[in-house]
Amino acid sequence: MSMENMRQPIESGCPDGFQYMHPVMRRNYGLWKYHEHPRPGVLRHVAYSGDEIWTVKAGTQRILDLYTLRKLTEIGDKYGEGYVRFTLRSNIEYMVADKNKVEPLIKALEEAGFVVGGTANSVTTLSHTQGWLHCDIPGTDASGVVKAMMDELIDEFRNCRMPNRVHITTSCCQINCGGQGDIAINVQHTKPPKINHDQVANVCERPAVVARCPVAAIRPAMVNGKPSLEVDEKKCICCGACYPPCPPMQINDAEHTKLAIWVGGNHSNARGKPTFQKLVAAGIPNNPPRWPEATAIVKRILKAYQENAKDWERINDWIERIGWPRFFELTNLPFTKYHVDNWRGARNSLNASTHIRF
Amino acid sequence: MAKDIHETPMLDELENGPWPSFISGIKRLRDQHPDERINKMANDLLGQLEHSYETRKGYWKGGTVSVFGYGGGIIPRFSEVADAFPESKEFHTLRVQPPAGNFYTTDMLNQLADSWEKWGSGLITFHGQTGNIMFIGTTTENTQHFFDEINDYGWDLGGAGPCVRTGMSCVGSARCEMSCANEQTIHRTLLNRFTDDVHRPALPYKFKFKISGCPNDCVNAIERSDFAIIGTWRDNMKIDQDAVKEFIAKKGREYVIENVTSRCPTNCMTLNDDDTLTVDDHNCVRCMHCLNVMPKALHPGDDKGVTILIGGKRTLKIGDLMGTVIVPFMKLETQEDYDRLVELAENTIDFWAENGLEHERCGEMIERIGLVNFLEGIGVDVDPHMVSHPRQCSYIRTDGWDEEAEKWYQRKMEEKQQAAG
Ligand code: HEM
Ligand code: SF4
Ligand code: SF4
Ligand code: SF4
Ligand code: SF4
Repeated sequence: MSMENMRQPIESGCPDGFQYMHPVMRRNYGLWKYHEHPRPGVLRHVAYSGDEIWTVKAGTQRILDLYTLRKLTEIGDKYGEGYVRFTLRSNIEYMVADKNKVEPLIKALEEAGFVVGGTANSVTTLSHTQGWLHCDIPGTDASGVVKAMMDELIDEFRNCRMPNRVHITTSCCQINCGGQGDIAINVQHTKPPKINHDQVANVCERPAVVARCPVAAIRPAMVNGKPSLEVDEKKCICCGACYPPCPPMQINDAEHTKLAIWVGGNHSNARGKPTFQKLVAAGIPNNPPRWPEATAIVKRILKAYQENAKDWERINDWIERIGWPRFFELTNLPFTKYHVDNWRGARNSLNASTHIRF
Repeated sequence: MAKDIHETPMLDELENGPWPSFISGIKRLRDQHPDERINKMANDLLGQLEHSYETRKGYWKGGTVSVFGYGGGIIPRFSEVADAFPESKEFHTLRVQPPAGNFYTTDMLNQLADSWEKWGSGLITFHGQTGNIMFIGTTTENTQHFFDEINDYGWDLGGAGPCVRTGMSCVGSARCEMSCANEQTIHRTLLNRFTDDVHRPALPYKFKFKISGCPNDCVNAIERSDFAIIGTWRDNMKIDQDAVKEFIAKKGREYVIENVTSRCPTNCMTLNDDDTLTVDDHNCVRCMHCLNVMPKALHPGDDKGVTILIGGKRTLKIGDLMGTVIVPFMKLETQEDYDRLVELAENTIDFWAENGLEHERCGEMIERIGLVNFLEGIGVDVDPHMVSHPRQCSYIRTDGWDEEAEKWYQRKMEEKQQAAG
C-alpha cells in the first residue's frame, strides 16, 4: 500500500473509563462509605447514598484464548450485569448491584473451571511476565511457573487463612518486570554470558552495550580479527543486562540459569513504609514443566508465615518483628555469604547495634 | 491437520491440576477453532514453546514493527526457529491502553475478541505488568489491520521503548471507600497530555505514571513508577464512634489494642475507657492501617489531595529505587490544580529528557545529580517532607546559608499570608 493510502491513526490515547463502569459505580463515584467481605472472593461495597455493589472475583489463566475470554463474558452476561474489570494480578471481577446474583455467578464461574477467591488475606494470583511464550530474553516461562504454583496454592486462593494478603510475583529475567512482592520467584543467572563473537559486530551497538553493564565488566575487543566485546568474568555479576541490547551475549543457559526467591516486598504504606524484597534462597533449579523445587520453598515460607505471624502482619512486618535469624530457622533455609549485600548502600543493611535476639 | 500436530509432552503436564491452564486454552485454538490460520498458528506456537521447555531457552528475537504514524506500541517478535515452526514465525504483540482502573463491559470485550479473531492469534492478556492489554501474536501486516479496526472504535496503542508508557490506576473512587483521588481524571489528564511521547519514543528511557487513590498504593506506584500520584488527606480522619463501639462489641477491646492502636506506626491512637477512639491527627502519617482494619468506623478526612513521588524503578541499572516525595500535598479539584500537576509532569520530563543519560531512568538521574539539583531544575522548593532525616555528614559547603535561610522564612511567611486569605 502506498503511504498516501495509509490510514492516519486517531491518537485518542487512554479511553474514558466511565463508559465501561457499572452504573451504580458511576453514580457513586468517590462516594463510597465502607466495604464488607462476606466470603472469600466476594466484596460488598456500600455507598453513602445507600447503594451497594457486589463484586465476585475469580482467578484465570491470564493468557486468555478466545474461548476462555468469551466464556468469561458469557458468564458476565448471563449471571452478572455485563460489567467487569481486571485486577493488577489478572483476576477478573464481576460487579453486580443485585445481591441475589452473587451465588449463581460463583456457581457458574466454578463450573466453568475458574477459581473464586483472591480477596483479603488470601494468596492471590501470582503476577507474572511473558516468558518463553513471547519475550525475547527470558530464562524461564513465567506462565508455566504460575500455573504449576497456583495448582498447589489454590486452596489458599479460595480461602482467607493467611495473616494478611500475600502477593507473589514471578519474573523470567533479572530485569524483573514482575516487580516487588511478598514473595518473588525470579530468574538468577549464575554464569557470565557466552559470546558469539562472529555476530557482535553486525548486531550490537558496542558502546551502548558497554554502557549497559552495571559493573563495567564489558570492554570492546578484537576477537578473531573482528570487532567484538569481551567480558571480565571476575567482575561480571551475571545479571544479563547486556543480553537485550546484544543478543549474541547469550546469558540464558539450560543448566546455569537458576531461580532465586525473595521475600518481604510490600507496596503499601500501611504500618511501615513500603519495602523492597530481600534475597532468601538461590540456586533453585529452573525445572520445567512444573518447577517443584521452587514451589516447595514457597510453600515452606508460606507455612512459617501462616503459623507464626500475627493478624495483619504482611511478610515484611512479620520478619521485622521476629528478626532474620529466626526467619531462616523457621523456614530451614541456609544463610550464606550471598545474603550479605555489597551493592551500593549495602552498609545500611548491616547490623550496627547490639540488638540481637536469643 | 491432525497428523501435523506437534507432540507436547512437557506442556501437557501443565494441563493437570485444578488451576485454569493456558496450555489447554492454546490447544482449544489449535483443535477447535474454525479458522485454519488460527489452528496452525497455535500449533506452531505450542511446538516452539515445547522446544523452549525442552531446551530451557527462549527463541524469539526482536525487530522493528510499528503501525503507520507511530514509532512504538508494538513488541515485534520473530521466531529464531521458524523453519520448524513457520506458522508462528511472526508473533508480534500489540500493547493497547486500557481505561484507568481496567473497566470493561462484556460487550466491549466481545468486540475486541471479534477483531482479534479476525487479525490475530486469539491470545489476549488483561494486562501486562506495565498495564497494557496485550494482544499476543500476529503478523506484521495484520498488526496494522487490527490496529486500524480497534482504533476506529476508541482504542489506542500504549508505549513501548524509551517513551512515556501506559499508565496504571487502582479501582479507586469507582468502588473503594479509601480513595482520596479522582483516578480517572488524573490518569487521563496526564496520559493524554503526553500522547505524542507515548507513540513516538524519543526520551532517554521509559517513563511511567501510576495512580493510587490512597497510601495503600494498590498499583505499587512508589516502587514501580517514575511519577507516582497517591491520594491522601490533610484534615482530621473521620471517626464514627458508634461504629467503633460496634466493632469493639464484636471483636473485643483486646483485639483493638492488639491489632489497631498498638500497630499504629506513630502511636497516635488511643482507645479510651468508654470504647471510643482518639487520634492525634498531627502525628497520623496516613498509613491506612487502622482504616483497613476498621473500614466502617474510620474514614479519610474531607480535605483531600495527592502526594507526588518521583523516581521509582526496578533493578536495571543501579538497583531498585523507590520514588521520593516531591510534592507532599496538593489539591486536585480545580482546572488550575490540574494545570499545576501537568506542569510538574512536563517540567520533570523536559528536565530529564535534557539531562538524563541514554537508558537512564529519571530516578537514576536524580541519584546521579542529587535531589537538590533536580528540584532546582524543575522549580520546586526543598521541603523537610522530602527526607527521612537531614544530612549526617559534615562534608558540605554551606556558605550560602543565610540566603537559603532567608528564602525559607520568606516562604513560610507567604504560606501564612495565603492561609490567612
Ligand atoms: C528487551 C526486551 C524486553 C521485553 C520484551 C520486555 C517486555 C515487557 C513486557 C511485555 C512488559 C509488560 C508490559 C505491559 O504491561 O505492557 C514489561 C514490563 C516491564 N518491563 Fe520489560 N521488557 C524488556 C526489557 C526491559 C528492560 C530492559 C527493563 C528494565 C530495565 C524492563 C523492565 C520492565 C519493568 C520494570 C516492567 C514492569 C513495569 C511496571 O511495573 O510497570 N523491561 N516488559
Ligand atoms: S521479566 Fe524479563 S524475560 Fe520476563 S517478560 Fe520481563 S523482560 Fe521478558
Ligand atoms: S551479565 Fe551483567 S555484569 Fe555480566 S557483562 Fe553482562 S551486563 Fe555486565
Ligand atoms: S490504593 Fe487505596 S483507593 Fe486505591 S484501591 Fe487500593 S485501597 Fe482503594
Ligand atoms: S492511619 Fe496509620 S498513622 Fe494514622 S492513625 Fe491510623 S494507624 Fe496511625
